[in-house]
Amino acid sequence: MKTFLTLVLASSLVAAAGAKQIKLLNVSYDPTRELYQEYNAAFAKYWKAKTGDDVVISESHGGSGKQAQSVINGLEADVVTLALAYDIDAIAQRAKLLPADWQKRLPDNSTPYTSTIVFLVRKGNPKHIQDWDDLVKPGVSVVTPNPKTSGGARWTFLAAWAYALEKNNHDEARARDFAARLYKNVPVLDSGARGSTITFVQHEVGDVLLAWENEAHLARKEFGADKFEIVTPSLSILAEPPVAVVDKTARRHGNEIVAQAYLEYLYSEQGQEIAAKNFYRPRNEKIAARYAANFAQLKLVTVDGEFGGWQKAQRKFFGDDGIFDRIYQP
Amino acid sequence: MKSAATPNVVSGVRHRSPTAESPFVRWLLIGGALLFLGLFLVVPLLAVFAQAFAKGPGFYFKTLADPQSLSAIKLTLLTAGIAVPMNCVFGLAAAWAITKFTFPGRNILTTLMDLPFSVSPVIAGLVYVLVFGAQGWFGPWLNAHDLRIIYAVPGLVLATTFVTFPFVARELIPLMQAQGRADEEAARALGAGGWQTFWRVTLPAIKWGLLYGVILCNARAMGEFGAVSVVSNNTQGQNTVTLQIETLYKDFNLTGAFALATVLTFLALITIALKAWIERKETTLKL
Amino acid sequence: MLRLRQRGVLPGFRLTLGCALLYLSLIVLIPLAAAFVKASELSPWQFWHDLTTPRALAAFRLSFGAAFLAALANLFFGLLVAWVLARYQFWGKRVMDALVDLPFALPTLVAGITLATLFAQNGWIGRWLAPLGIKVVYTQLGVFVALLFIGLPFVVRTVQPVLEDLDLELEEAAASLGANRRQTFRRVILPSVRPALLTGFALAFARGVGEYGSVIFISSNLPGKTEIVPLLIVTKLEQFDYAGATAIAVVMLLASFALLLLINLFQWRSSRYHARI
Repeated sequence: MKTFLTLVLASSLVAAAGAKQIKLLNVSYDPTRELYQEYNAAFAKYWKAKTGDDVVISESHGGSGKQAQSVINGLEADVVTLALAYDIDAIAQRAKLLPADWQKRLPDNSTPYTSTIVFLVRKGNPKHIQDWDDLVKPGVSVVTPNPKTSGGARWTFLAAWAYALEKNNHDEARARDFAARLYKNVPVLDSGARGSTITFVQHEVGDVLLAWENEAHLARKEFGADKFEIVTPSLSILAEPPVAVVDKTARRHGNEIVAQAYLEYLYSEQGQEIAAKNFYRPRNEKIAARYAANFAQLKLVTVDGEFGGWQKAQRKFFGDDGIFDRIYQP
Repeated sequence: MKSAATPNVVSGVRHRSPTAESPFVRWLLIGGALLFLGLFLVVPLLAVFAQAFAKGPGFYFKTLADPQSLSAIKLTLLTAGIAVPMNCVFGLAAAWAITKFTFPGRNILTTLMDLPFSVSPVIAGLVYVLVFGAQGWFGPWLNAHDLRIIYAVPGLVLATTFVTFPFVARELIPLMQAQGRADEEAARALGAGGWQTFWRVTLPAIKWGLLYGVILCNARAMGEFGAVSVVSNNTQGQNTVTLQIETLYKDFNLTGAFALATVLTFLALITIALKAWIERKETTLKL
Repeated sequence: MLRLRQRGVLPGFRLTLGCALLYLSLIVLIPLAAAFVKASELSPWQFWHDLTTPRALAAFRLSFGAAFLAALANLFFGLLVAWVLARYQFWGKRVMDALVDLPFALPTLVAGITLATLFAQNGWIGRWLAPLGIKVVYTQLGVFVALLFIGLPFVVRTVQPVLEDLDLELEEAAASLGANRRQTFRRVILPSVRPALLTGFALAFARGVGEYGSVIFISSNLPGKTEIVPLLIVTKLEQFDYAGATAIAVVMLLASFALLLLINLFQWRSSRYHARI
């Protein structure tokens, strides 16, 4: 029984008999479609110039948790580019396809670009939403995905939590109360970031969408900058969507070198520029300065600094009977 | 359907038949039914096309000609092209065993064969992951032999086969039961071989029912979403039509999603037209 | 060995039964058994705990409740449509008759995005309901609407042939005995279609309980409020909770099996009429 992948590979091999053709699968999360479409073309060009080989990159997109699950269950990803480290940790732990210390292998915690959580509001900001406090007011309807399934939503929850802690002198009980009031204002809990954006933008539900910064920009680009405004809160979280080579799979495909190069090229100036153009915050300072206008300055906390890493945060907040389960009352 | 006109269409006659309603009640009922059907069937149908052409025919045809749409259509054809014939052959075999012979457990077998009809499609996908997933029963073995089922075409085919499993058999069993086995036994007595009996006697008698089952099976196979979404790899160019529609929908491309949806809507319309045609054919044959 | 009755002269019993059993086992039974094996990894206490979380209970209540109510509504609408199609002549009848099968032939995903668009606050139907304060999309009502759509053909197609074959002489006799039309309907017609109605109801219900594609787009998927069981299963899968997902799946499987037995029982009883679905 042959897989579709090998069928495609076989047929394309026949087509381009001369140069070596490499087939790479990048398993990613929902909002990165546009980013990787552009990046893949750029990398293929770079790799062709460097080695003479053709590389064809397929992308798979879905909720970050679901994608990790698929890889654990056998989806043959050469590289994964997911929404949060916890999901790649799960691949390392459950399927043992890459070492547990994978995050140390590439610079900057293996996150070539970062993002944060911002607010997208309707034109004119009719509910005068400026900061997290405004979200818990009665009568404000907040759209955000389900933290149990969506990576973006987990970053959102932690951002709100960090804000509440800072505001209340690190009083956990008050933060809990704040989170409970916030999620009381959520009428729709989609399973992924993209679903929430569609709910807010297309079905016109809610006053504010808590979204990835890149997703908020993309929504404005797709549906008209005159319809929505981006509000940057005073404090948010430094969201680090990490990337990793799935060693065992890449090795079996003979793709180790190209997979590694694929991720390293994300750190190059060209890669950083493509990320910035797609509204991801680049790590490279030169590029960041060039695109500074797109990225508002705000206080950003990190999951490692504030929450002691993803393993801890996941267990405490999003596990079964974790804080989210306790505070969320539908 | 079976009988065309019932004899109470004599309106305008003062003394109406005792088995007919007053014109007022009649029109009220017809009006109510038409309103309901219009709202629930016609309007959604129109909405699909209105949404699909919201950005003009140019965009519509561009979406359909997109390589990803085309590869989705190809994959859907491939999936249904494997699942439907398999279910057809085994549906026939099962119907033959169940209706031409008596054996203990026949009713249980019939019920088990119907099971996929009422099992949630999501569960259909889930169980295949449990069996063939990397962490599942055969995962390590499949992995060692470099075979892919889940997140590859075989998984899509299996999930589709599961969901459409009962359609052919469900159609054939009552039909063949009603026909009994006298004809086949007569053919055998006259010296016909087993296959000959099947081809010359049984098949002609059930051909319309078989076709009926096949088109329903096919419609469901090409339109299945829940089961295939669980075993799909969400990779561009490796989506079935339904999965590609979902992808377009998620990519903020509502018009594109509906454009591709018209392909399946046409399929649905062809299916119900064929179904109506076969039903009429069967009626005329019986009369 | 099974002791089989005299099987007459027809050939192929072993071959066809063997093929059917093998195929059934490979495609359906063994995979379904995997669900039971996986669920048995849970301790009974854990199994019970997974099933009785408020979230799971709410999902069960919604899936079964909405499917029940939608099937109930379809009893009414289905009988109305079947009656009109079986008894009256009117312009466009043939088209309407064929269209009844649309919810069955149309992929559930297409139905889902279409209904969600139609009933959205700015949609063709939703904009007329919004001023009345009726919200369909993202509410439990939305789940009901989707299941109403999905279930319609089941009731119509089981009841319609019975109505068409109903002996008019019975109704004439009732009328000549002095029954008015309403009495005839209640005392003569309704009892004869009751088995078919029950079958149609059970079919629509069985289908509605497991429905996924058409519901998830029109529902807000809010845990505890508008989350259906199949979605809960998907969610649990996405949270790496395989055992939990399977525990719920097993309960759904048992429910499907029980429903099917019930439906087949109805159909064996009134075996003259077979639902063409």
